Amino acid sequence: MKARVTVTLKSGVLDPQGKAIEGALRSLGIKGVASVRQGKVFDIELDGGDPAKAEAVLKQAADKLLANTVIENYKVDVLG
Amino acid sequence: MKAAVLVFPGINRERDMARTLRLVSGRAPAMVWHTEGELPAGTDLVVIPGGFSYGDYLRCGAIAARSPVMDAVRRHAAAGGLTLGVCNGFQILCESGLLPGVLMRNQNLRFICREVYLRVERSDTPFTRGYNAGQVIRVPVAHGEGNYIADSETIARLEGEGRVLFRYCAPDGMIDPNWNHNGAINAIAGILNERGNVLGMMPHPENHVEASIGPTDGRGLFAGLVEALARAA
Repeated sequence: MKARVTVTLKSGVLDPQGKAIEGALRSLGIKGVASVRQGKVFDIELDGGDPAKAEAVLKQAADKLLANTVIENYKVDVLG
Repeated sequence: MKAAVLVFPGINRERDMARTLRLVSGRAPAMVWHTEGELPAGTDLVVIPGGFSYGDYLRCGAIAARSPVMDAVRRHAAAGGLTLGVCNGFQILCESGLLPGVLMRNQNLRFICREVYLRVERSDTPFTRGYNAGQVIRVPVAHGEGNYIADSETIARLEGEGRVLFRYCAPDGMIDPNWNHNGAINAIAGILNERGNVLGMMPHPENHVEASIGPTDGRGLFAGLVEALARAA
């Protein structure tokens, strides 16, 4: 079973990397980008086929390691 | 003083730290590998040195903070044992939950390697008894992610409880954004846990302890620890 955990910075947390990327896009002449926030994506393969169990495992993984919940939010998607 | 220096893959300041501990206390520390489940018996100071544990993968200090030896450090700290984290060690302490907050990318996005001035805010702690409150010391920093932040409630608590021990300052001790190199909130360079036995700081006091190399302003921290432990014994 495949799943994806997406980790993003909470709103209000300064994201200098996103700002730098935003500046680089502007200097490339790519127009229409209002702002950029950088995050992380984890593609995870799971044993077993129970989506509810998978979601519980991924939440545990995100809370314990993948995200620092002081500054980051996460989203769990079980892709089947 | 019976010190233990933790060693993780990718840590590179452990020998500077061991050298300083030996120099100031007269006793070589134990070097403790990250897979150890216990600290050496009788350890009275745990030091988490600087470097790049696990290559800063995921987040600085994130993986080291979940290693087996950190459970032993949690037990040591919970029993009141002194714990010092420098640079990556500070990041590891924050990631492990032993200290609040997070160290973010430096505001100017650059790795900063230079001498800084720090104002010592209090002298009545085991870590700062070798200094006077308000004293300005000169020590080096070397980090890309030292920009300390926490939610406003946590910052208010840290400030209200006098748990900010070091701040980046101008040479005259004034707090000035131009001297707050990494953009840390309230120019915070080092903080104490609630109980007062765990200190995390970004600068490297262990690198300024020998007159043959340069300033010796870092020595006070280690000399103070030796004294505090001798008194407690």
